[in-house]
Amino acid sequence: MSVYLLRRLIQAVGVVLAMSLIVFVGVFAIGDPVEILISPDADQMERERAIKALGLDLPLWQQYGIFLGKALQGDLGRSFVFNEPALTLIMQRMPATLELALAATFGAILIGLPLGLYAGLRPNSVGSKAIMAGSILGFSLPTFWVGLMLIMVFAVQLGWLPSTGRGETVTILGTRWSFFTMDGLAHMVMPALNLALFKISLVIRLTRAGVRETMLMDYVKFARAKGLSPFRVTFVHVFKNILIPVVTVTGLEFGSTIAFSVVTESIFAWPGMGKLIIDSINVLDRPVIVAYLMIIVLMFITINLIVDLTYSVLDPRVRLEGK
Amino acid sequence: MSAAVETPPVIPAKDKVETPFQRFVSEFAESKLALFGLVVFTIIAVVAILAPFISPQNPYDLAVLDIMDGRLEPGSKSGDGETTFYLGTDDQGRDMLSGIMYGLRISLTVGAGSAFIACMVGASLGLLAAYAGGKTDSAIMRVVDLQLSFPSILVALMILAFLGKSITNVVIAIVVVEWAYYARTVRGTALVERRREYIEAAECLALPKRRILFGHLLPNCLPPLIVIGTMQVARAIALEATLSFLGLGVPITEPSLGLLIANGYEYMLSGKYWISFYPGIALLVTIVSINLVGDQLRDVLNPRLKK
Repeated sequence: MSVYLLRRLIQAVGVVLAMSLIVFVGVFAIGDPVEILISPDADQMERERAIKALGLDLPLWQQYGIFLGKALQGDLGRSFVFNEPALTLIMQRMPATLELALAATFGAILIGLPLGLYAGLRPNSVGSKAIMAGSILGFSLPTFWVGLMLIMVFAVQLGWLPSTGRGETVTILGTRWSFFTMDGLAHMVMPALNLALFKISLVIRLTRAGVRETMLMDYVKFARAKGLSPFRVTFVHVFKNILIPVVTVTGLEFGSTIAFSVVTESIFAWPGMGKLIIDSINVLDRPVIVAYLMIIVLMFITINLIVDLTYSVLDPRVRLEGK
Repeated sequence: MSAAVETPPVIPAKDKVETPFQRFVSEFAESKLALFGLVVFTIIAVVAILAPFISPQNPYDLAVLDIMDGRLEPGSKSGDGETTFYLGTDDQGRDMLSGIMYGLRISLTVGAGSAFIACMVGASLGLLAAYAGGKTDSAIMRVVDLQLSFPSILVALMILAFLGKSITNVVIAIVVVEWAYYARTVRGTALVERRREYIEAAECLALPKRRILFGHLLPNCLPPLIVIGTMQVARAIALEATLSFLGLGVPITEPSLGLLIANGYEYMLSGKYWISFYPGIALLVTIVSINLVGDQLRDVLNPRLKK
């Protein structure tokens, strides 16, 4: 186990290094670093001093070393626009994004599981065909389009839900949360649903496939033969077994939920880090871009690592495979 | 019966032999929904190609636009009473119907073009990985795996953050996002195909590698490639629209559907829905029709489902 853990950790560190190299080369070598890191208002004297100070006259590999060293100390540069450390900016906005992503993930399970269960138990009914058709739409429609439609119907035409911002928030442990106020919840419904849409489709498909497979298993037949009620067979015997893959995939998808919140946050003006990165790309605030990319890459690799390690605990075949 | 056995087998009349292509067509036509998708997509493509000839006005000819006609409701007439704006106008007084036709042109060109380039790149690398094996294979596939573990929007954002905003860079971003899907698909099929006898025969004839790869191996990997390709065109169009909507895509002078939607977004909250809504419908119909065709192609071309 510890060998597997170690190897997997080394792999993860390798990927982080590779990604940091890509981001570094992308921002510092493909783009013009002088233009990127020095404010355009600076005059010639200031520019040269800044080039020296930032070490831009050094060879590229030395610059990368410095970049890496600073990054390890949590210094990813200062934002031009806000004149604050880029990392601090992102950390300030991260709770809003996490809150939205969590709401979307739980929403996806709460909506997707029952629908998928129904579609799996009655595969030929009109209802499940409609659910499956809907899930195809959920996969293929662009998120931003669905978001616009939600706003058009529920905010503009019906006027039921607010379309922008986080609404009233409560400060708990130093961060602001929309979860705990009615107003905040009302603000969260549409963005969370929008972000959850792809995942709802995914959960529906996984659950349906799982139910259809599990229903044919011998232990289900046995449970039925024992005379257990259909309710008990479905919700105890079948449900427990389909839950494992569904929860795993939803967990794995958490990273991509955070990435896709870029789109949702832009539509609903949700003040998270996704909106920050779009604004930063638009005004070329590259230290923030670098910081965002590094953080999200780190997040992804951590999620993948955790999932892999959990698997190896649950399923011994995974950790024996490499031997 | 016994008499029939002795006579030489009757060669069926020429017109009754089904060529593989005819069989493909008739199998495809089994799904009415897919046929409907194909018809709709063909209409969309024709409209996009003929946009300069059939659109009511040239939406980018500033001489035609009249700012007084701005934000008119669908079906209203222009100030001089000469033209009717069936789908309304945007804030510049531009006819939305014409805007959508031109927008479709850009969306389809960028979508299909970048999906095509991605297909070229991905298929070549996938073939190479399968044929060369060993270190080449594991190097290519490691990059594919790494890339597929990150969501498409993140990869695209990364590319656009590095290269800046432009229509070429959007194409590059989509190619970088999509090539991995093609590479993985082609490699999978090619790994099976390359052990077949015809490849062995071609190798025995000492044909050049390039010819074996592209003349023998590639044509036999086409069915899954066509399926993936169709789906990826739809994905490319959606991704381009998303990037343009976020303001990272095509320039304002050449608005695709995504940018048209973004332009109308601010007016939507004040009830002027049509500036965003109709381009959105055009985008939706395009993507769904391509997916309907792709779904049926997958069923028809999947050897596992063959009767």
